[in-house]
Amino acid sequence: MTEGLATPGAGWRRADGPPSAKREKRRRRRGGGRPGGEVAMVEEAEFTSYYGRPIIKPPVWKTPDVPLYLFLGGAAGSSSILASLADVTDRPTLTRNARYVSGGAALASVVFLIHDLGRPERFLHMLRVFKPTSPLSVGSYILAPFSAAASATAAVELLGWFPRLKRFGGVVAALFGGPLATYTGVLFSNTAVPSWHAAYRELPFVFGASGMAAGGGITMALTPVGEAGPCRKMAVTGAVVELATLHRVENGMGIVSEPYHEGKAGRFMRAARACTAAGAALTVVAGRRRAGAVVAGTLLGAGSLLTRFGVFEAGMASARDPKYTVVPQRERLAARENGHASTVTR
Amino acid sequence: MTTVSSASPGLSGDGRSKNRLYGPLPDVQEEAGYDSDHPARVGFFTDTSVCIGCKACEVACKEWNLLPMDDAHGTRDVIGLSGMSYDNTGQLGANSWRHVAFIEQSRSVDLPMPSFPPAPDATSRQDAGNAPDDTAPGDSVTSAMTSVLNAESLSQFDPQTGHSGDREIRWLMSSDVCKHCTHAGCLDVCPTGALFRTEFGTVVVQQDICNGCGYCVPACPYGVIDQRKGDGRVFKCTLCYDRTLDGLQPACATACPTQSIQFGNLDELQARADARLATLKSQGVQTARLYGRDEDDGVGGAGAFFLLLDEPEVYGLPPDPVVTTRDLPAMWKSAGAAAAMIVGVALSAVLGSRRS
Repeated sequence: MTEGLATPGAGWRRADGPPSAKREKRRRRRGGGRPGGEVAMVEEAEFTSYYGRPIIKPPVWKTPDVPLYLFLGGAAGSSSILASLADVTDRPTLTRNARYVSGGAALASVVFLIHDLGRPERFLHMLRVFKPTSPLSVGSYILAPFSAAASATAAVELLGWFPRLKRFGGVVAALFGGPLATYTGVLFSNTAVPSWHAAYRELPFVFGASGMAAGGGITMALTPVGEAGPCRKMAVTGAVVELATLHRVENGMGIVSEPYHEGKAGRFMRAARACTAAGAALTVVAGRRRAGAVVAGTLLGAGSLLTRFGVFEAGMASARDPKYTVVPQRERLAARENGHASTVTR
Repeated sequence: MTTVSSASPGLSGDGRSKNRLYGPLPDVQEEAGYDSDHPARVGFFTDTSVCIGCKACEVACKEWNLLPMDDAHGTRDVIGLSGMSYDNTGQLGANSWRHVAFIEQSRSVDLPMPSFPPAPDATSRQDAGNAPDDTAPGDSVTSAMTSVLNAESLSQFDPQTGHSGDREIRWLMSSDVCKHCTHAGCLDVCPTGALFRTEFGTVVVQQDICNGCGYCVPACPYGVIDQRKGDGRVFKCTLCYDRTLDGLQPACATACPTQSIQFGNLDELQARADARLATLKSQGVQTARLYGRDEDDGVGGAGAFFLLLDEPEVYGLPPDPVVTTRDLPAMWKSAGAAAAMIVGVALSAVLGSRRS
C-alpha cells in the first residue's frame, strides 16, 4: 500500500460535481472506545466510496419477521427455564403459564423463521447438514428440539395428559432455552454488517438479557403475584443487564455505534430504553400488585421487542452506508502500518 | 470426512491446519476434503490498467449463465440508467456476476513543471499531452519517463488520462467479480450446504439445495452474493464451473478483448501479476497495487484478485476485508456465557423467592 490516509489516490478526486465536494465528510463521534483509535486523531472522518453506494449488501432478512423471531425466541427460551424451575419448586400456576408462553412463542418463532426464507418449502434443508461455522445451522439444531419439546409440553399441559412426560419435555426445552435466547446474538454478529459485527461480544448478552426481561415480564403479567416472585427477579435482572450492555454497544464502538442513535434505529432504541427502564422500575415499585404487574410486564415485553427492532434497523443502516465499512477498515490499516497490531488480533 | 460437498474448513476435521478460520491455506481443496490428486486451484487476475470498460465480460457472463435483466439496484426486468456515470450495472448481485466499475477522476495540475533542461517548447501542457505529434520528442521523453511524480509524463504514457483546462482527467475502469476467497464467509455460514468448494478451489451455489435463508448475503465482506427477487434463492459467479469442468475458460475471460481478465492456475496468475506490477512501477505508475493477492489478508487471499490504480474503496471494494467467521470462537464463547447467565439468574430467582 503506497498511500495512507493522508494522500489517498495521489490527489485524484471523483470528477463529478464541484471539486472534492463529493468527498464525503462526516463528523466522528467523540474519540471512539476501540483500541488503536488514537491513530486517526482527525475530527473529520474522510472517506472515499464508489458513488456513495454500499460496499456490503444489506441483509435480505425481512422485517418484522426476523426481529419478531428474535423476540419470540428470547421470551420462549427464558420462560422455558422458568417453567421447569417453577415445576420442581411446586409453583403450579407459574409452571403452566410459563409453559404456555414458551410453547406458543416457540411455535410462532418457527413460523416467522420459515416465512422469512426465500424458499419456505425447503426449510428442512436446514437439517441436511450440521455446520459449526454457521450460526444459523447451529441455531436450527437448537430451535428444532426446543420448539418440539416446548410446544409438546404446552400441548399436554393444555390437554392434561401424561404428567410425567410433561416434566421431561419441560426439562428438554429448558436445556435448549438458554442457547436459543443467546445464539441469535452470534447469528447477527457473524456477518460483515459493521454495527453488528463490532458488537460480537455484547450482542449475545443483549439478546439473552432482553429475553429474560421479556420472559420474566410476560409470565409476571399472567401469574398471580404470590407465585410470580421469580418472574419479577428475572425480569428486573434482565432489564438491568440489557440496559447496561446496550449502553456499551451504543457508545463504546466508535463510529459504528452511530447507527444506534440515528433515524429509525435511534427511535426504536430510545423507545426500547424507556419501556425497559419504566417496566423494571414499575416491577420494583408495584410488581406485587396485580395491576402493577400487568402494566410492568407489558412494558418489559414491549421494551424487549423494540430492542430487537432497534438492533435490526441499526445493522441495516450501517450496511447501507459505505462510511461504516470503509472508515473502520482504514483505521485498522493505519493502525497496522503504525505498528499497532492490537486492533487486528483481538 | 464423510462428504466433500458441504464440508467447511473451519472447526471440522482433525485440526491438521492451524489456519482453519483465517490466514493462509496452501491447499484449500484438500482442506475442503478433496484427495490430493485434485486439479490446481484456478482464479482470475483482473488487470484494471488495461481495462477499456467495454463490458464484453458482463454481456458474455449474462449470455452464458442465462442471467435475467435488472437495473442498477437489482430490480428485475427493468431498464434503468443509474444517472451517475456510464455504469448502469451498478453493482454485483444475483443477476450481475461481472460488474464494470467506471470512475471519472480529476485533479488540478499544480505539480511542479517538468525540469527538462533544453526544452522550452515542451513546457506547454497541451503540447505535452499531444506528445506523439511532436516531431522530436527525443531525450525529453526519456527524462519525462524517469521523472516519477510528473503528471505530464504520466499522462504521456497512460492512454486513460487526458487534460481539460487546468485539470487532469482520468478514467478508471475495473471489472469486479466474486473473489472466491480462501476463507469464504458465504461458504462458512451457509446452513444448508448449498454453497460448496469445488475441486478447482472455487465457491459455487447448488441451486437445488439453496433455501433462500439469505445468511450468505450480509456475510460476504465484498457484497458479492445476493438474493434474486422473485426467485428467493441466492446467486453469484461460479467461475463458470460448467466450462472449467470441460477445460474451457470462463465466458468473461474468453470475451475480454484486452486481456484485462486473465484466467488460469492461481499460482501462475500470481506470478504474472507480480511481474505486471513491477513493470508498471518501473514506468512510474506509483499508485498501482495488487488487491486480494496477499495470502495474509483477512480472507486468506482471494482466488480472483486485481491490479488497481487507486485505493480499493474508490472502486467500491473494502480496503481491509476480513472473513466474519474469524471471530466466531469468541462469539460462541460469549453466547455460552450469556446462556449460563440466564440459567444462573433463573436459578437464583426461583431459589431466592419465597412463596406466599
